[in-house]
Amino acid sequence: MSLLQSTERREFLRSAFAIVGTLIVTPSHSSDWDQIAYNKTRIVDSIKSVGIDDFSNIIDGSDLIELNTPEIAENGAIVPITIQSQIPQTERIFVFSEKNPQPLVSDYVFSTKVTPYVASRIKMAETSYVHVLVLADGKFYRTAKEVKVTIGGCGEE
Amino acid sequence: MEKTVRFRARLSDGIANIKLMIFHEMETGYRKDKNSGEIIPQHFIHTVHVDKNNERVLEVHWSRSVSKNPYLNFMVPGAQTGDTITVTWFDNKGFSGDGSVELK
Repeated sequence: MSLLQSTERREFLRSAFAIVGTLIVTPSHSSDWDQIAYNKTRIVDSIKSVGIDDFSNIIDGSDLIELNTPEIAENGAIVPITIQSQIPQTERIFVFSEKNPQPLVSDYVFSTKVTPYVASRIKMAETSYVHVLVLADGKFYRTAKEVKVTIGGCGEE
Repeated sequence: MEKTVRFRARLSDGIANIKLMIFHEMETGYRKDKNSGEIIPQHFIHTVHVDKNNERVLEVHWSRSVSKNPYLNFMVPGAQTGDTITVTWFDNKGFSGDGSVELK
């Protein structure tokens, strides 16, 4: 005997199909905030969790991605960062601060209606590399820059 | 309602240069309250939607590692006078806010 009344069952099936439908149309890089990726505590795991299985597949994009960060940041609580991608069909940009408790700092999903450019300000716990990954036409490109942090910006006032 | 987003928008040669600041603590969950010594719980914006005339053009995801009162700068080509840029933010405690600017 069915546990569900027929109307309930129809509702259930409809919502189940709606979920399946969503799964089918959502591209592999979903654009929801990805709690799992953002909670990873080692940079290798953060990078893997944004969709990279094999690091050797990442293309050196240092000539095509303009990453501007200060060489020395006196206050780790406010580190300005500017990224511009010259890679055609840039879909997404990921920012990592290698030695932060959770390295994935932010990601940006670009439509074709905006320039693949973004500027913001991030917190850095200590001196480390800022890594940027660009997803363009299904491929990952990377660049990185070191920022020397005088006073860390995660726990301190 | 209290304004949570402040804009500075400039339209030049069909490109809108949008700078904005969202008023938010962006609490990491690592700081201690000076008086009580207790950990201040994490409280941060995780998603920002940017729409141009009701069409999503940019989606932003942030962590606790984005600075207090987050600043964001982006460019919208193909923009013209009268276009509206709307920004909507959502945080981990279920709060949200929005603001918009009409290009001049």
